[in-house]
Amino acid sequence: MLDVEVGDARATPHRISRRRFIGYLIAAPTLVAAADLRAAPAARASVATVQPVDFFDLTDLLTDSANLTAALISVTINPDGTASFALPRAEVGQGITTAVAMVIADELGMPLDKIDITLSDARPELEFNQLTGGSNSIHALYDQVRVAAAIARGQLARTAAQQLETPLPKLTLKDGVITAPDGTALTYGALATAAAASRTRPVLAQLRPASQQTLVGTPQPRIDAMDIVTGAKTFTMDLEVAGALPTMVCRPPTINGAALAILNAAQVMAMDGVTDVALIPHTQFVPGGVAVRAATFGQCIDAIRALDVTWAPGAAAAQSDADVLQDLIDAELPMTPALGQALDQRFTFYFRPGDPLETNCAVADVRSDSAEIWSSLKSPVYFQETVAGILGLPVSAVTAHVTQGGGSFGRHLFADAAFEAAAISKAMGKPVKLMWHRTDNFRQGRVHPMCTSRVRVTHVGDEVLAFDQRHTSVATDFTHGLGEILSATLGDVPEGDFLGYSQSVFTLTANVPYNFGAATQLLNEVYHPPGSLFNTSSVRNIYSPEVTVAKELMVDQLAKALGQDPYQLRRSSVRDARMLAVLDAAAKAANWGKPMAPLTAQGIGVHREYKGYAACVAEIDCTPQTVNRVVQDGYTGPRVTRVTYAVDVGLPINPLGLEAQMIGGIMDGIAQALTYSLHLRDGAFLEGSWDNAYYTREWNCPPNTPPAKGIQVIIMPPNQSEPGGAGEFGVAASMAAVANAYARATQTLPTSFPINHNKPLGFTPLPTVPPIPQSPTDGLQEAF
Amino acid sequence: MATHTFVLNGKSVSVECADDLRLLWVLRDLLGVHGPKYGCGLDVCKACTCHINGKAFNPCSVPVSDIQASDQITTIEGLPASVGEPLHPMQQAWLKYDVAQCGYCQPGQIMAAVALVTEVRATGRQITDADIDALRNICRCGTYARIREAIVEGAANM
Repeated sequence: MLDVEVGDARATPHRISRRRFIGYLIAAPTLVAAADLRAAPAARASVATVQPVDFFDLTDLLTDSANLTAALISVTINPDGTASFALPRAEVGQGITTAVAMVIADELGMPLDKIDITLSDARPELEFNQLTGGSNSIHALYDQVRVAAAIARGQLARTAAQQLETPLPKLTLKDGVITAPDGTALTYGALATAAAASRTRPVLAQLRPASQQTLVGTPQPRIDAMDIVTGAKTFTMDLEVAGALPTMVCRPPTINGAALAILNAAQVMAMDGVTDVALIPHTQFVPGGVAVRAATFGQCIDAIRALDVTWAPGAAAAQSDADVLQDLIDAELPMTPALGQALDQRFTFYFRPGDPLETNCAVADVRSDSAEIWSSLKSPVYFQETVAGILGLPVSAVTAHVTQGGGSFGRHLFADAAFEAAAISKAMGKPVKLMWHRTDNFRQGRVHPMCTSRVRVTHVGDEVLAFDQRHTSVATDFTHGLGEILSATLGDVPEGDFLGYSQSVFTLTANVPYNFGAATQLLNEVYHPPGSLFNTSSVRNIYSPEVTVAKELMVDQLAKALGQDPYQLRRSSVRDARMLAVLDAAAKAANWGKPMAPLTAQGIGVHREYKGYAACVAEIDCTPQTVNRVVQDGYTGPRVTRVTYAVDVGLPINPLGLEAQMIGGIMDGIAQALTYSLHLRDGAFLEGSWDNAYYTREWNCPPNTPPAKGIQVIIMPPNQSEPGGAGEFGVAASMAAVANAYARATQTLPTSFPINHNKPLGFTPLPTVPPIPQSPTDGLQEAF
Repeated sequence: MATHTFVLNGKSVSVECADDLRLLWVLRDLLGVHGPKYGCGLDVCKACTCHINGKAFNPCSVPVSDIQASDQITTIEGLPASVGEPLHPMQQAWLKYDVAQCGYCQPGQIMAAVALVTEVRATGRQITDADIDALRNICRCGTYARIREAIVEGAANM
């Protein structure tokens, strides 16, 4: 009998009756417990509506597939009184190490600082339970880690009862110490070995009630904050792996070009510090070019600039922005016939970077009989299995370490740098520390695909009869392992049918959160992988920012046509109480409708995804004095002066981390609406630096003019028994709110994004040969 | 190849390398000091921001031969010692506001913030939003709002 607690008080009565968790005590020298959620029934909303996401969405898909191997997720109690957990996900700044540590600490009844979270190496047996994507980690892991921890706690309590010769109900637990009524006590550390299971067996887990959670729901700083502010946090390029010298790649002048020959290898080999030069063929997995290994990265840069290489052009060599746009328009699926007045508009969204600040990088040591690779991997199992095949090694001979990532935004779903490092290490026969140059990251990296989104709202008077959206996009590449999940889970996706994958993700995320009659949202894509013209990936929030901007701009157009206020129209049209609540919260806090000066305005946008609801009000300043501000080598333009963001994730785990994710998402939304894109010209992107690709900088960020904070995030109180997703949830609604604010301030309807994309280039493009610029030498003149 | 000597985080160091090797690679690849991060090598992203004699600069864009033997180079690792405390007030402010997300840019952000506050102070002013607007450091996680709060807090305790 392990029933030391009674159920989860935060669960609904319905759920208490349905949910019983089984887990395992695992045979091990110390106490190890794991969850088994294969049989856990999914509790889903079942509101009557016509859209697929109302019944089953991407979050359900990812969680259900992850739960298949939940029994292999374990929490270990150590004799030193700590608990350790090898997180089977990537930490890239989204804060899941902190959130998971909080959940485990609460369930074990231990202090947060006694929980040691590491990132698990690739574990093929986990199958789909080691993919970091879709803002799904906390949703999928919340039950898994609680059950594993609860079983450990139950076993510790039972062991303590035996050793203290005290009935279980008379024991108390506080901070990892179990105490009997007479004051005698045992620590978890002292119990760990005795509590260890001699054989693996299933047990019933009893989760602690919400009333005993002291951390979940409270703001907690990141567990790695001290390491970050002291410079001690170790990223991939900070690893010291024996013999792994700095390595970079000379890349082609067009996207996906290929190196054919090195014309001056001997000359480059003779350069200071250079140890190796190798031609790395371009493949589906390896971008390739000519790799250079040297004593320092500075010498790699010198060598790359000196290389004389013959290149084969990439498949997109003839393509520029206008060509892709025409292909998208040609591929747009037809609308259903309109049976009323129709508002009909197509919006264009240009390519934009998908890069974190840390460039693509990996360390690889490939030997004849083994390989060890370090990188920030969001699909490490897929990488390990695939790279083993490429290297001709058994999977068990390949170790894939997941390192702390310096951002991702979806980028690390693909392991381009890890594949490339492995190929280079094999070619050179030496360990390598591969780092991409920033310019290469922009020009040869993965991007958010260019797309169009056409919306038609059909109405008769005030009544909306139909809402049709036709989203047409350069294909998003899902071949990194999510494809495997879709194949395995949906069953109806034929192997190699990548359009099928895209359709599934689109259908499981796109939605119209309004009572707008018959809603159809359809995707068509051009240039499918593998062998696509462009390198794409699931950049933060995938299709949703663009789908939402087009949709929300047209809601404002509808309001205009009906003579209604945009907020009031949304109030009367949203089809969900949780959406209404965030909408009202944002509008109230932002003082929606307050008088605004000419060329300034508020704009509003809402979004539903990841089992949650979000509403955003943005204020923008489009006055000439603001738009025409001059920042050297920087882009200014309209400035968003205030953002109010209300978010309901059902059950917030760490409000401080949740707020951080919303703030970051808002910065993306501002950038994507106003400034951040890539210009495609003759098969190459023109942007090559952060002074070309205009991600939000401080001068674009809402100032903190007292008394109002520039950004206010309102976190709705818990109203569900499980947490929704957060990492990508700040983007779509904020981008839509900024777009609508711009439209209202300028009294125009922007139809291409970012709005500055078709203005004259604000920079002189860097050359493509050599592919990377030399570092400046005048840095001291800039000192301040 | 030549011997280059300077003061790094309070201690004199010497390295053998070419004159034009940028200081960032001297720090990271030759001396194993990893707090300053590579983000572009173009003096744009500012992830490698350090101090030279108390002023912010970007070692990715300075040949090591430009550094004199008496120059005091401070990286994030040496920032607390520069004020004789376990943590610099700016680092404490960063913790108070839980500024960081991935953390990759944050050493550079903190070093730039300290220099900015020092520079503004020298003109007899307190830091303003307009001063912070001039910071060029990229944070791709978008922590700018908390950076603003932390700089004001850190400045109050410097």
